Amino acid sequence: MKTLFDKIWESHIVKEIPDGPVVLYIDRHFIHEVTSPQAFTGLRNRGRKVFRPSQTFATCDHNVPTRNQDKPIEESTSRIPIEQLAANTKEHGITYFPLGDPSNGVVHIIGPELGITQPGMTIVCGDSHTSTHGAFGSIAFGIGTSEVEMVLATQTLLQSKPKQMLIKVDGALPNGVCAKDIILHIISRLGTSAGTGHFIEFAGSTIKGLTMEGRMTICNMSIEMGARGGLIAPDSKSFDYLKGRDYSPTGEMWERAIKRWSELKSDPDAIYDAVIEIDATQIEPMITWGTNPGMGMAITGRVPLAGSSAAGSQVAEKSAAELAMAGSKAVELTMAVSNAIELAMAEKALNYMGFKGGEQLLGLPVDYIFLGSCTNGRIEDFRAFANIVKGSKKAPEVTAWLVPGSKRVERQIEEEGLGKILRKAGFEVRQPGCSACLGMNEDKIPNGKYCISTTNRNFEGRQGPGARTILAGPLVAAASAITGVITDPREIQSKNPT
Amino acid sequence: MNSKKFTTVVSKAVIIVKDNIDTDQIIPARFLKTTSREGFGENLFYDWRYDSSGAKIEDFILNTPNGDGTILVAGRNFGCGSSREHAAWAIADYGFRAVVSTFFADIFRSNALNNGLLPVQVSEGFYSAIINYSKSNNKTTLKIDLMKKEISVEESGDSEKFEINNYKQECLINGYDDIDYLLSNIKEIEDYELYKASSL
Ligand code: SF4
Repeated sequence: MKTLFDKIWESHIVKEIPDGPVVLYIDRHFIHEVTSPQAFTGLRNRGRKVFRPSQTFATCDHNVPTRNQDKPIEESTSRIPIEQLAANTKEHGITYFPLGDPSNGVVHIIGPELGITQPGMTIVCGDSHTSTHGAFGSIAFGIGTSEVEMVLATQTLLQSKPKQMLIKVDGALPNGVCAKDIILHIISRLGTSAGTGHFIEFAGSTIKGLTMEGRMTICNMSIEMGARGGLIAPDSKSFDYLKGRDYSPTGEMWERAIKRWSELKSDPDAIYDAVIEIDATQIEPMITWGTNPGMGMAITGRVPLAGSSAAGSQVAEKSAAELAMAGSKAVELTMAVSNAIELAMAEKALNYMGFKGGEQLLGLPVDYIFLGSCTNGRIEDFRAFANIVKGSKKAPEVTAWLVPGSKRVERQIEEEGLGKILRKAGFEVRQPGCSACLGMNEDKIPNGKYCISTTNRNFEGRQGPGARTILAGPLVAAASAITGVITDPREIQSKNPT
Repeated sequence: MNSKKFTTVVSKAVIIVKDNIDTDQIIPARFLKTTSREGFGENLFYDWRYDSSGAKIEDFILNTPNGDGTILVAGRNFGCGSSREHAAWAIADYGFRAVVSTFFADIFRSNALNNGLLPVQVSEGFYSAIINYSKSNNKTTLKIDLMKKEISVEESGDSEKFEINNYKQECLINGYDDIDYLLSNIKEIEDYELYKASSL
């Protein structure tokens, strides 16, 4: 009666501290330029070397330019961390995929692409969206810089075992609905803290039916409901994806790996701290109206009226779900207090976004479109986007940034002829990086402008000071890019069947 | 990093009544470009402290006389969002020793603990008691006793126990950190690796 999580966790325990955390062995460690420099400094100050350099892999992604990557980076505050990463990895013998390298890209895109991410592993990175790698049936989670230093120094971490939640998604996905809509739907129903303290296993026929890319989108955003990570039991799709990748096992090792990986699943009678069931047939294309990923709705819906019964019921439903999980401690008073706070937050969010309660957002003009990030910067996302814009033209008033998640995705876009389709429709494909997902480089959304973004966070100022982010999937982004207004992709699809 | 020893802290409460304060608010991404751990306190809550012209926003708590305490109190789900440890560095660098909330995001909680910053999780009721007390009085003093695992409002006498595991409590009291502990276990780690390799 063990969960998949229990099995992987237990097989990685080096030692248990009574009434404390366990020493957990880490199989794979990814690092990037923003959260690693201080860890190497710490290591140096202690006079230590990297303990297992072959288990750490480095890339630069957060603060790289998405044009002219072959030219030197001019801005010194962006250049220096990247130079330091090159020096640190060289000094310690760590594999590094520098800017322009055929394997470079956003850390959570390249790990699976290179076959470094494998089922049954423990995987960490100084980045919250490390949860993405859980799509392969691994325990993958984000860590802070002190912890990066611990992994560099000892290949282990001190961790307390989280609680576990099962989210079962069943039913056929309606037309025009993609993996991003599933996860936005789940978060809008459960709220951004429903998963705190938990690891989430996603299961059910809908999840099984998703491609590996789609599963990665789901696990990527499990962190946005507060969870430490998400995971999905591996199956033949996972194995097919990994077969023949640069770092995947080969020959006899591959056969043995498949055998081991095939056993990675939760027992039928496994016990979870919370179980949630989702009916996929009820999901519509989603957008967010507010300033956290839980403030989302069906694209055809109306923004809740702050202070009204509509907002109240959305909030109440959320609190009820949270309270159901909190168990007996829940008291109605707390619910009333938290509802009042959430309503105040909703009002503040609407102010920031410039939306009115009760308003429908379909048809409102947008200024920017961003396709990319570790949520939706994979080849499948570019295929979906190209399929919608094929034969149409980008709306002239829209600025569109199409940023592949990696060099490999960039190459694949050209090999599959998608680049041609996109350029013909008036789009430019940039070079890989995190780009406008966090607005650290020059790709920032200007103050007050609206951006339909395929990323994972719509926090105030995330994409630039004053930027107004509407999270959505690649289909909504593509449909809106050609109309210039928030558009339901189902309308375009019905005109443009393929 | 080796943290300062922590036993008891008594301070004015610096209160921000807001839920879901994410790490992008605590320290915006554009301030993450330095490669050292120091100096982040200057940019703590930058976009709440300063307007777009760089002028101080007068009524934000850190810009008022009540902003100079060492205990920060904030709403539910504090520290959600990005894993950047810079958020914990910024709060500690500003001078805070503890953060009180009804709920902490997981990564923030461990980042804080790794930097000698104590996350104190309180009940909704106790949180409301702090907020209510502060509304009718111009100063609220909190006492956090790590030995007893107890937090109290000095003026009203309200108090509550909080949870922290014994291992972490020890570390904070003695100013040890996790790396010291892990490094003392290298032998066990090597044994684990040998055992693991034999099972593949
Ligand atoms: S793409 Fe965005 S979410 Fe993903 S690693 Fe980069 S900054 Fe983080």
